[in-house]
Amino acid sequence: MSADAHDHPNFFQPLPGTKGGIASWIFSTDHKRIGMLYLYCIVAMFLVGLTLGFLIRLELIAPGRTIMGPQTYNALFTLHGVVMIFLVVIPSIPAAFGNIFLPIQIGAEDVSFPRLNIFSWWLYVTGAVLAVVSLVTGKGAPDTGWTFYVPFSAVTTTNVDVAVIAVFILGFSSILTGLNFITTLHRLRAPGMTWTRLPLFCWSLYATGWIQVLATPVLGITVLLIFAERVLGVGLFDPSRGGDPILYQHLFWIYSHPAVYIMILPAMGVISEILPVFARKPIFGYKMIAFSSLAIAFAGSLVWAHHMFVSGMSDTAVMVFSFLTFVVAIPSAIKVFNWVSTLYKGSIRVEPPLWYALAFIFLFSIGGLTGLVLGSAGTDVHVHDTYFVVAHFHYVIFGGLGFGLFGAMHYWFPKIYGRMYDKRIANWSCLIAFVGFNILYFPMFIIGLQGMPRRYYDYLPKYAEGHFISTMGSWVLATGLLLMFWNLWRGIRHGKPVGRNPWGAATLEWMVPSPPPHHNFEAEPVVTHGPYDYTGVKPDA
Amino acid sequence: MTGHDIKYDTGPDTGPDAGPNAVHDAGHDAGHHAVPVRTNMLVWAALMVLTAITVSVTSFDFGFLNVVVALTVATTKAGLVILWFMHLRYEGRVIRLMVFTAFFILAIAIGFTFFDVAYR
Amino acid sequence: MHEHRDYEGAKIGMWLFLFTEVLLFGGLFLLYAVYLHRYPAEFHAAGKDLSRIFGTANTIVLISSSLCMALAISALQRGKVLLSQRLVLLTVAMAGVFLVNKFFEWSAKIGHGIYPNSPGLLALPPGEMVFFNLYYLMTGLHGIHVIIGGAVLLYGWRLMRAGRVTPEHFVFLENGGLYWHLVDLVWIYLFPLFYLVV
Ligand code: HEM
Ligand SMILES: [Cu+2]
Repeated sequence: MSADAHDHPNFFQPLPGTKGGIASWIFSTDHKRIGMLYLYCIVAMFLVGLTLGFLIRLELIAPGRTIMGPQTYNALFTLHGVVMIFLVVIPSIPAAFGNIFLPIQIGAEDVSFPRLNIFSWWLYVTGAVLAVVSLVTGKGAPDTGWTFYVPFSAVTTTNVDVAVIAVFILGFSSILTGLNFITTLHRLRAPGMTWTRLPLFCWSLYATGWIQVLATPVLGITVLLIFAERVLGVGLFDPSRGGDPILYQHLFWIYSHPAVYIMILPAMGVISEILPVFARKPIFGYKMIAFSSLAIAFAGSLVWAHHMFVSGMSDTAVMVFSFLTFVVAIPSAIKVFNWVSTLYKGSIRVEPPLWYALAFIFLFSIGGLTGLVLGSAGTDVHVHDTYFVVAHFHYVIFGGLGFGLFGAMHYWFPKIYGRMYDKRIANWSCLIAFVGFNILYFPMFIIGLQGMPRRYYDYLPKYAEGHFISTMGSWVLATGLLLMFWNLWRGIRHGKPVGRNPWGAATLEWMVPSPPPHHNFEAEPVVTHGPYDYTGVKPDA
Repeated sequence: MTGHDIKYDTGPDTGPDAGPNAVHDAGHDAGHHAVPVRTNMLVWAALMVLTAITVSVTSFDFGFLNVVVALTVATTKAGLVILWFMHLRYEGRVIRLMVFTAFFILAIAIGFTFFDVAYR
Repeated sequence: MHEHRDYEGAKIGMWLFLFTEVLLFGGLFLLYAVYLHRYPAEFHAAGKDLSRIFGTANTIVLISSSLCMALAISALQRGKVLLSQRLVLLTVAMAGVFLVNKFFEWSAKIGHGIYPNSPGLLALPPGEMVFFNLYYLMTGLHGIHVIIGGAVLLYGWRLMRAGRVTPEHFVFLENGGLYWHLVDLVWIYLFPLFYLVV
């Protein structure tokens, strides 16, 4: 390693002849450094969002006022949603791990547009700052929920203007990441890296990139319309001026349903990387998994109105969108079946990343299946806007994307830092978080079915038990997550040094030193086998 | 399908979208197709004629078809601009497929909204 | 790091960016479609209030500017740098003409008391209100794009003068041109939808 460090400094060290320092990071065009910037920002924002969620749960531990008033409560759940969705979940895996590993996985030196890449990070930071500004300026923090539904968002006196501008900028940042990845995958694959040898993580980022490029602009115009509604009095969603408020919901979900696939597809990609490595077996049905990513991206843009079954749409629309929603479940199920088949008869080596991947499969399956309960209009009428929905999307987003993200952290950690965290603690933190997660969110399905509406500050005594258990779960979950972050943090400083390929994986990032050098490869690699071909590949640790 | 279907032949990837890494000096702009002046002029003339048509046709009333006529003419004009002025005719399969996808998704967004508004 | 000059990649990137513009306007076209469906008579009445002369003139200007742009790129590819520079300037000049026209058109409407949230507008039937609100939003957003496009082309012109856009490396100008044609494309739809709705 020391010889490496002299001739080829790794990407944390300054390039020969340069000084390093903060400017060499925040103005860097190196995809790995940009990915790290994103990673740290996302983790920081995740901790903020976690704290907010924790406070919301604390307020709900008992009926009536516990620690805050109703207006504060409204601001908190709005902020929790905006921070988690736009600052954590949407960028998370693509902007952090996609940036770091996509170019290396295809044998490239960088992404196609490195300067656009750092620009997109700056947009992200600007958006984050504006989100904070919206809290402390104007007449109070936004209280609309992350969905900004009209008419309330058009008339509330709180500071929605700044918040929607923040969302607009964050959307732009996301678009640039997607645009960059699509171009990179088309143009910068190393010789021999055919489309059918592309790691599935890259395939999932490719599909995600298309959603980012094609759906996000619709969010852009939607929030601009809110701005126009409030500032110019345009009234396009105002019935007294001939407008139709339901069209707002159409526009919003034309983005935001596909956006849930921006969240989950990259996590699915991570799982497809982790499973074969720890089952020592090529992934089952490579082509179907790659194809189903594209199918999800496409079918996901046909179903948005399943969020609006009780909004006053036409019955025809209710039936059509309910039917189409069932269609999206097919490619999602294909993936789950293929993952499980990959494990079948594998020689499984149980390591922390695999635990996270298994947790993902379990939690995502619950989330996806309850999605079908919501997607079928007949049942959705009863549970729409109840805690059932809250439970559903936390299972898919937190249980799915969240555990996928943690899995990615544990899987690529040794590659990024050249060290290994304490695996025993990692396993324990996964278990604690998993248990806490279920204690926190499972009762929500039940009180949701019983009729507990979402976003309510207070509730009837009959829901008290469920809320109480749920809040208990939030403490367990928080313990698990803090333990996990602490363990990783300690691993960065004190972990045992590892070589290039501690897991024995076959994708290209494991062929370069850990941490990777500035230009990734000493010579352009020539790819001669598929990403999950383990013939002759052995863990070196 | 078996888990082994990822082993493929090693033939070089020289399709229209093989990366510049694969086709080594594809990074050079020169020698690209330049559209002849005459072609550009003809396209412009066609656009002008279509503009004249769409304006003059408004003096007739086809009822519901008015919008259809206006949009058909507009789409023809858009097609001319995209294919010739924007060189899509001379681009490879990849870019053409991408353009199609984008407009297709837009059509879905607008079209499917009518499942709601047309049946309320 | 050595500089990549990936011509094809730059173009793919630009097209992807154009898609985002298409879908940004797409949201507004969606609203237009729905409201036209809901208020055909009111749209018809309100459309008559817009000046067809201005609209047609601006259409001719914008289409011709697109021609100039296409010619500018062909010229550059053939090595006629000076001609290309002049054609780009001509394109920008036409963008200016378009904006001046737009300015007069908007001023006239505003002078009649028709603009978002104005008492004059609020006195109209709901369908006409929607029409004019969409008119201001869509032509306004388009106008912003004309300004940006003009600025990009001016910058391309400077790069040509500085010898950084050349007959060998012209992808900046080509991409600027693509953007400009997109601006034209949007107008090709706005024109019949607002000035000719019947
Ligand atoms: C098989 C897959 C899925 C189906 C069928 C499905 C279906 C649904 C339906 C019908 C609703 C609306 C419920 C209502 O408001 O009454 C909903 C809400 C939601 N879903 Fe899913 N879903 C699926 C997967 C996902 C995934 C993968 C994610 C994110 C990663 C996700 C995130 C959400 C969110 C955030 C909401 C609530 C939005 C809000 O109103 O705040 N869903 N889902
Ligand atoms: Cu959805």
